Amino acid sequence: MRLRGDDVFDERSPIYQQIADQIKADIVSGVLQEDEQVMSTNQYAAFYRINPATAAKGFQLLTEEGILYKKRGIGMFVSVDARQTLVQARKDRFFEEVVDRMVEEARQIGVPIADILNHIESRKEGKGQ
Amino acid sequence: MTLSIDIKGVGVHYGRTVAVENVSFKLEGNKIYGLLGRNGSGKTSLLSVLASFRQPTTGEVLIDGKITFENAEIMSQVCFIQEHGHMSDGYSVKDAIKLAASCWPNWDEQYANYLLDLYQLSQKKRISSLSRGMKSALGVTIGLASRAPITIFDEAYLGMDAPTRYAFYEEVLRDYMEHPRTFILSTHLIEEVGNLFEEVLILDNGRLLLQEESELLRQRGVTITGPAERVDEYVIGLQVLGEQTLGRTKSVTVYGELSQERVNRARTDGLELGPVALQDLFVHLTKKGGEGI
Repeated sequence: MRLRGDDVFDERSPIYQQIADQIKADIVSGVLQEDEQVMSTNQYAAFYRINPATAAKGFQLLTEEGILYKKRGIGMFVSVDARQTLVQARKDRFFEEVVDRMVEEARQIGVPIADILNHIESRKEGKGQ
Repeated sequence: MTLSIDIKGVGVHYGRTVAVENVSFKLEGNKIYGLLGRNGSGKTSLLSVLASFRQPTTGEVLIDGKITFENAEIMSQVCFIQEHGHMSDGYSVKDAIKLAASCWPNWDEQYANYLLDLYQLSQKKRISSLSRGMKSALGVTIGLASRAPITIFDEAYLGMDAPTRYAFYEEVLRDYMEHPRTFILSTHLIEEVGNLFEEVLILDNGRLLLQEESELLRQRGVTITGPAERVDEYVIGLQVLGEQTLGRTKSVTVYGELSQERVNRARTDGLELGPVALQDLFVHLTKKGGEGI
């Protein structure tokens, strides 16, 4: 089971990490809104057929990162600035993870950088794909 | 009620055969534990002692701090289900259920009926007429409905077919979340049930190889894949459990958490780091002639 993850560097992805990534992806895409309640660890555990302690670990990761916060006796909620934090983190890694990888791939198969720049230029002006 | 389990230097000998040797561990309780071991590793002997079905040759078993053997009060809190149950073939399913209801003070009749329906077990049937899968289902029904603070399934579910086993795993998880208690499941089919365990214990040749939180154990196993010579260089100083080669590509399984520096090095070396399934880790750790840990 491999869920959408935004952590593409480390392939070693335990289940709780996958749950955390899934929640992050839902926050970025807007499926989960700020201040909205997240499903409980028990609901996650039942859905993925995993021990609730494992699911709780994913939640713990997200509270440590400030993405979720806990309302005692009610449950876990999305922090107010969670989406902004996550989007910023992805932006910070954009050049390293997306651009550098693309350049490396282009070098391996012999696509000149100039061609890439032209391609991007043409897309920017909305001419052709 | 949380009952701790304390196994102290337990050994089980059958004549000259040593099934379990000097095993000690503590279980704090209210968790789902996996007891993993190959056939003949001593799982059943150890669990029989834990459930007071047998007296240990050496050492002692404490539950809630009390010696368990011939302690009726403690034993009504423990439900031990084996694949080959202890029910006489002459009984009907209804008799077996009635007997179970009288043994365990937390027995939930409604839940038992729900499970009998789920497994399509007719109360009128004689136990002798049940298939292996149906007998397993009856055992599982009794174990779950006992709601005993310590419930042990000793491969009790292996006789069921795959859909029924998965329904059982779901049921264990659901009922555990609604009524937290201690479950111990012994198995060698880890792939199916591994994600249910909060903690695992591995028995090998009658000895306790390890006791570990399952997520931590999973993180201890890493496969490193890439060009053979670079992989060989990378794993120097790591504990190698096994390796596979495909042409010039090599994949090595190592045991032990990798430092951040190592993880970064894999990236610059162009090596791929991958997870190891609990089942594979178990196979590597307990294979014959393996160095163990």
